[in-house]
Amino acid sequence: MAKNDLQGALDLLILKTLSQLSSMHGYGIVNHIRRVSDELLIVEEGSLYPALHRMEQNGWVRSNWAITDYGRKAKWYSLTRAGREQLAAREKNWEQVVKGVAAILRFA
Amino acid sequence: MGLLRRIVTLGRRTRMERENEAELREHMQMCIDDNVATGMSREVAEREARLRFGSPVAARERVSEEDAALGIESLWRDVRMALRGFAKSPGFSIVVVATLALGIGANTAIFELLDALRLRTLPVVRPNELAELRIVGGNHGFGISDGMFMNFTIPMWQEVKDHHDPFSGVFAWRMNDLLVGTPSESRRVNGLEVSGGFFSTLGVTPWQGRLIEAQDDSICQLTKVVASYGFWKSQMGGVPITANTTMVVEGKTVQVLGVTPPSFFGMEVGNHFDLAYPTCTPPKPRREIFVYSVMGRLKPGWSMKQAFDYFNALSPGLFEKTAPSGYSADSVKTFTSFRLGAYPAGAGVSYLREAYSSSLNYLLAITGLVLLIACANLANLMLARSSRKQREMAIRMALGATRTRILRQMLMESALLALFGSGLGVALAQPLSRALVASLDTSRSSIHLVVAADWRVVLFAAAVGAATCILCGTVPALRSTKADPVSSIRSGERGVMGNRERFWMQRMMVVTQVGVSMVLLVGALLFVRSYRNLATLNPGFRESGIVVGYFGFGGLHLKQENLTAFKRQLVDDVRTLPGIENATATNNTPLGGGSWSHTIDMGALSGPSRFTYVSPTYFATLGIPILTGRGFTDEDRSDTPLVLIVNQKFIRQFVRSPSPIGQHVHVRPEPDYPERIYEIVGTIPDTKYSDLREEQQAMAFVPADQKPATSERPGMAMMIASRDAAGVERTVRQLFDQRHPGMNMQFFDFEQGIRDNLVGDRLMAMLSGAFGVLAALLVVVGLYGVLSYFLAQRKGEIGIRIALGASRGRVIGDLLRDAGKMLIIGLAFGSVLALLAGRQASTMVFGLKPWDPVTLIAAATLLAVVTTVASLIPALKAARVNPVDSLRTE
Repeated sequence: MAKNDLQGALDLLILKTLSQLSSMHGYGIVNHIRRVSDELLIVEEGSLYPALHRMEQNGWVRSNWAITDYGRKAKWYSLTRAGREQLAAREKNWEQVVKGVAAILRFA
Repeated sequence: MGLLRRIVTLGRRTRMERENEAELREHMQMCIDDNVATGMSREVAEREARLRFGSPVAARERVSEEDAALGIESLWRDVRMALRGFAKSPGFSIVVVATLALGIGANTAIFELLDALRLRTLPVVRPNELAELRIVGGNHGFGISDGMFMNFTIPMWQEVKDHHDPFSGVFAWRMNDLLVGTPSESRRVNGLEVSGGFFSTLGVTPWQGRLIEAQDDSICQLTKVVASYGFWKSQMGGVPITANTTMVVEGKTVQVLGVTPPSFFGMEVGNHFDLAYPTCTPPKPRREIFVYSVMGRLKPGWSMKQAFDYFNALSPGLFEKTAPSGYSADSVKTFTSFRLGAYPAGAGVSYLREAYSSSLNYLLAITGLVLLIACANLANLMLARSSRKQREMAIRMALGATRTRILRQMLMESALLALFGSGLGVALAQPLSRALVASLDTSRSSIHLVVAADWRVVLFAAAVGAATCILCGTVPALRSTKADPVSSIRSGERGVMGNRERFWMQRMMVVTQVGVSMVLLVGALLFVRSYRNLATLNPGFRESGIVVGYFGFGGLHLKQENLTAFKRQLVDDVRTLPGIENATATNNTPLGGGSWSHTIDMGALSGPSRFTYVSPTYFATLGIPILTGRGFTDEDRSDTPLVLIVNQKFIRQFVRSPSPIGQHVHVRPEPDYPERIYEIVGTIPDTKYSDLREEQQAMAFVPADQKPATSERPGMAMMIASRDAAGVERTVRQLFDQRHPGMNMQFFDFEQGIRDNLVGDRLMAMLSGAFGVLAALLVVVGLYGVLSYFLAQRKGEIGIRIALGASRGRVIGDLLRDAGKMLIIGLAFGSVLALLAGRQASTMVFGLKPWDPVTLIAAATLLAVVTTVASLIPALKAARVNPVDSLRTE
């Protein structure tokens, strides 16, 4: 079953984003999620960075400093092997949450 | 891996912090860049980015929180922060650390003694394999016991020496005083008589030369000794042992074989030996005198239980074979029904252990309770401090510090305090426990106890420290982080009335303190009064101005049949000396701990009675009145009718006729004491016999001249009454040195000897008294602190009330009523606890019931008085609150 869903959702978004972009900095991740979700999902910076650092401590992502296209220095994050496994597990988990929530909503 | 990284990144906090800052700053910049790209002005773009980002400080805190490297890093930061906090309030820190150090120090000191007496094993090879053989349930006073741990006769030991399947080695030993040096300047040292297997079974290896071995056993002349390291160093100058090293022991020149290692002190914890010498088996050993302690080392594969069963099974044959003759059939049957058992002996034997174990347990409990009170005080102090810091905490939480962060930081403070406290406490414990040991020393015996902080002691101190940290740190920390930041900031540093529940914890702690100190005060009063009862107890005879002299004249080689006359002459000689009031011989000095009994029959009644053989002058010397009949006279000789003087207990126990005078008493035979019939000629009041605490014993006195000639030994005790106690020793020595050169003399003050026996009670009285006072003081301080704190919190409220017209008396009354409520609940709770605790201590108090109402009332009154005084000061201060001042600050 799914637990800690809200945080789980944020982690899932970040992991998925990194798997799609292979490597990105925090600002880019926010923008990507915003753009792809048609401005429906806006990740707060206040939550993003703690999450990123936590994932780094857990060994799901690794980071290094690099220069952005616009010449700014930024910390770029990318998925590790453990991170990819984590993503797969989270995706499966999320599908079940969605199914469960949908079932409840449909119940009349 | 995680931990490794934490350690690697330790000390790089600033770098990590800078990195995090850079990351967030760059994020912001990118945001601004994008905003500018969409056509905003620089200013608007920055504003928009900041709005979106929120508080950068909070964000940074939260990111840092996630960084594991900060786990240890922030620990260090917490330590530094706590230290800074201590430096800022040195008074607070010193009080806390000193209280903890004293509390933990006292606990650790007592524990060190317990550890040295009970837990530590002998410094020998694999001490846990050692077993002591004892008669199960003791020998019931059969025969003569030569000392406290002596439970084997020589024939019994010889049997075990030949039959000990469970043991790989077995040995016998005893402590026995030896005279060292020439007769003119001889002194007593602690001798240790050991069988040949002693050192080899224990696994003690020589420090110098060789130790006593099996081959030394057979020689029945004292020719060889082994010195302890201490004796060798201090008395022999530490000169290397050679084949020619000799010394004079018991008047003979003996060879010193070697020296034992420094750690080996013998078998008795609390005592130490000076010289060890081989056992000697006389051709016809006495079968009723218990002289040895016998121990063995278990063979591999044998358990203590199996050994126990083995010796139990061996017992019937053993006791049948070694039964003494000259006893009545009943007594012999008692002897042959004895059974041997094997008991763990890895910790050695100890008189101290048996005498002071329960005292030490109580002291540990007492010091533990004092520490508990101190902890409550500290917790209150911390609570007050943390509520003063409420605003600071609220601001930090509002700025984004998490609750765990603040909790951890506060716990770090108390952990550091506990660490300093227990460190200092361990250091303090050493001198404290040494002082305790020294206070148990008496004029006649000194204690040699190795008191050291071993791992158990350190562990104990650490556990106590951790417990205090949890007790006095956690609760305040939890409380202060639970507060809602918004209301905290709004209400400023003053508590808002209405959240009254915030005080219940302080109140509860005061109640606990009062209760616990009630227990301590009751205990203190009980022990002090018990000691006073003992010290002022009238034993029924004169104590002061009496010198006890021991005379040994084995060296004079007197004939057995002349001993009685010689002893009488000695008493007569002493009595004629100037300055001496009276003197008497006695085979047992009262309250000296020894005892001598015979089993008697009077008609259908029979049982043991104490027997003392005394000069006719005994009752006059000790000031004991003859109640009925007559005293002894010089006419009561061995060839005149056998006479007896008995005490009241004897009459109650054995005499059924209207008058005891003229009644006959049958005494059962024992070796050297033939069967006899005495006639009671006089009665005396009850007097104490061997110990102040013991129940009254049935006692009978026999004229010294009528002591069976076969039982006479070349030694005697004399009690000499004189106003000039110090002069007695000098004049008596002078006389006998001249008249009987070679006679041994030892003197001690009778009263001092009795006081020495109370040294344990005195210690309990002193310590429990001191701790009781300390507890009361701590309660005063605690209550004062809490009430002052309440007052500080409620200043505004009190100001308003005074402004609205409340009288000052009313305000004082309110505060006092508050204190009174806590006091009453505490006293009720304490009385129950004290009664429960008193039941446990009932065996230790003398002449008092543990539920003694006077003691309870006295303790309660004392506490009531001191707490009232403690609460008056803050109450009066409250009445002086100036409403204008307190309202202005609102």
